[in-house]
Amino acid sequence: MDALELARWQFGVTTVYHFLFVPLTIGLVFLVAGLQTAWHRTGNEKWLRLTKLFGKLFLINFAMGVVTGIVQEFQFGMNWSSYSRFVGDVFGAPLAIEALLAFFLESTFIGLWLFGWDRLPRRVHLACIWAAAVGTALSAYFILAANSWMQNPVGFRINEQAGRAELTDIGAVLTNPVALVTYPHVLAGCFLVSGAVLVAVALWHLIRRPAADTDPAWRSALRLGAITAAVASVVLVVSGDIQAKVMTETQPMKMAAAEALFETESPASFSLFTVGTLDGSEEVFSLRVPGLLSWLATGDPHGEVEGVTDIQVSYEEMFGPGSYAPNLPVTYWSFRLMIGLGALTVLISLWALWAQRRGRTPTSRWLLRAGLVLPLLPLAANSFGWILREMGRQPWVVFGEMRTADGVSPAVSVGEVATSFAAFTLLYGVLAVIEVKLLLKYAKQGLPEVSPPPEPDSEDDQDRALDFAY
Amino acid sequence: MELTTFWFIAIAILFIGYFVLEGFDFGVGILLPVLGRDDRERRVVINTIGPVWDGNEVWVIAAGGAMFAAFPEWYATVFSGFYLPLLLILAALIVRGVAFEYRGKRHEAQWRARWDKTIVVGSLLPAVLWGIAFANIVRGVPLDASGEFVGNLWTLLSPYALLGGLTTLALFVLHGAVFLALKTTGEVRDRANRLARRVGPATAAIAVGFLGWTLAEVGADLATGVVMAAAAAALLGGLAANRVRREGWAFTGTAAAIGLAVTALFLALFPNVLPSTLDPAHSLTTTNAASTPYTLGIMTWVALIFLPLVMGYQAWSYWVFRKRIGVSNIPA
Repeated sequence: MDALELARWQFGVTTVYHFLFVPLTIGLVFLVAGLQTAWHRTGNEKWLRLTKLFGKLFLINFAMGVVTGIVQEFQFGMNWSSYSRFVGDVFGAPLAIEALLAFFLESTFIGLWLFGWDRLPRRVHLACIWAAAVGTALSAYFILAANSWMQNPVGFRINEQAGRAELTDIGAVLTNPVALVTYPHVLAGCFLVSGAVLVAVALWHLIRRPAADTDPAWRSALRLGAITAAVASVVLVVSGDIQAKVMTETQPMKMAAAEALFETESPASFSLFTVGTLDGSEEVFSLRVPGLLSWLATGDPHGEVEGVTDIQVSYEEMFGPGSYAPNLPVTYWSFRLMIGLGALTVLISLWALWAQRRGRTPTSRWLLRAGLVLPLLPLAANSFGWILREMGRQPWVVFGEMRTADGVSPAVSVGEVATSFAAFTLLYGVLAVIEVKLLLKYAKQGLPEVSPPPEPDSEDDQDRALDFAY
Repeated sequence: MELTTFWFIAIAILFIGYFVLEGFDFGVGILLPVLGRDDRERRVVINTIGPVWDGNEVWVIAAGGAMFAAFPEWYATVFSGFYLPLLLILAALIVRGVAFEYRGKRHEAQWRARWDKTIVVGSLLPAVLWGIAFANIVRGVPLDASGEFVGNLWTLLSPYALLGGLTTLALFVLHGAVFLALKTTGEVRDRANRLARRVGPATAAIAVGFLGWTLAEVGADLATGVVMAAAAAALLGGLAANRVRREGWAFTGTAAAIGLAVTALFLALFPNVLPSTLDPAHSLTTTNAASTPYTLGIMTWVALIFLPLVMGYQAWSYWVFRKRIGVSNIPA
């Protein structure tokens, strides 16, 4: 393998790994903030107990999200220095704004929330978790704006002399249509994950313990999780649908690749499942919905969808010789797995919700088994979504402007990339095992007994134990 | 003021903030087994920085982001050129951050002992490597005509750079010790005070040696010399305050010394951002490495609005957690 290929694998591995933690962080911080608000409003202790438990799971997960995020920022300079030189003027801005505006907010207020239970007035303490939640949401926006610029570069011009892209309109970059449709889609994906986690943890406790013994707080957690997942799924479908149309306009090759559609068709059918050669060019068996792809891509069931072969011809005219098709099996299956696993998540969540209707306690062993794998499904769906988005853009790193092969660091050796790739993969593997064990330990342990935190700052509390210490 | 100069200063401020803030939390991490003799004491030590270390670390992320946005050539050259040191820094920051969060999540002694080692190594490596990296930036590295780094790992490990690494290590250990003396009660506090007193003179000698060598390397100009002298004076003032156990002043002294020393390095660097040791014409400067005036203008508005805000709420978080803690505050 050469440095380019290793750098691409490293980017893929570190990004997908980072994004295993991000969705749970973004979704949970809002749910925890909501739970704490419910406690603040009603004074009902069950909300405080849920806040503490899911707050703990959130923090275990947050730590991993933060530390793997730093790698993402540094990696652009380390492995992709030519890319960084080319796009820094445009791409650096949203990244720097993210740090200044969002990342500081998030990490400072998480610290205040975690250690401030008995140090801050209740309202101020509640405001801290909301500030952290706003920080994570803003953070996601700026990162997606930066990524969307790579998918659909806007608001810039190419300076031939300096050999780089230069920003001409920051407003256009921040209101890039690709960013605007991606943002709700990604956020909803985050809520789907955290909703599923709530459902899974609650189900486990409801089914495993004798009915008389179960804590009513779990029913609330299950309801909150299932409703969150259901609402998220509606947003996912609507935003995903708009996204497909924007994608067909801005990156028709990605749409064609996602469907492994070789010849332009009108109307085009959508294949739910296809058995054939790996690159999708020959079918043995295919289950198809007529007109669905046309509708997804254009909003018209009879609309024309361009195929890979035709787009390849027109791209060769525009950009010169070369292959402009991404890896078709990867894009084709990522697309289907994203949709399928996402849908399965919602179905299981709704099943759980149904099983505890009108005071019933769920007992089904099948539901318990489904609940155990439940959190993995939306996590995988999110990952496949990103794989589709990023692999579908190939061979471009900045669509139409710079090829991935031209973005790699020229002065970095194969040995260096291999070393860092091996080091991070090994480190990430070990940490993943530890994190999952910790999450399971605390999820199984169940709801903590709580005494409401004492009022802060009477001077006689010198020797009082810290409330939430490391 | 030229926007490029403004951004040079802004990045200097971000790094000053980073070294002053994360400097003491690296020091605290390194001193964990030295000043915390049993598990309870070690928890006291960790909890002094518990609420703030994460916010401190963001300063370097902001500095990296600002380098990327304002001086992409600088960012690209430094990050690809200093590959292996940065890899080690990243790995260290990863395991360190996880260690703080995970250490207390199980009660087995072995689990905690392992994370304690992780905290020490994860604090020690960046404390040394940032010094090595900055020494190389100030003195320059071999750059070819297209601004690519053409040296290797050994180029980065020159005696001057190694002294730079030793300097940051010594300063951060001292800074961490005076911070712990300020933030704790009882045995830990006494031990931290004694340790600061013992390592203080050696730290001063190393730091003065490094700053003197820097002056000799880059050519002495008056402003740099004056700021370096001020850094040395602040350090000595901090050490004097430590002797009479004025802990707030001792911490102010080490914080000012680190801030002024970093200021001096940036002054010595200006108007270069990364000099080339092969040919001065290949050097990256605030002008040839910069983004366009349009990008810098937007970034300037963002920085002018948000940097003071960040400083404000971070200062507030230090105020909220201003109390000293001791073993009696550690829950069972």
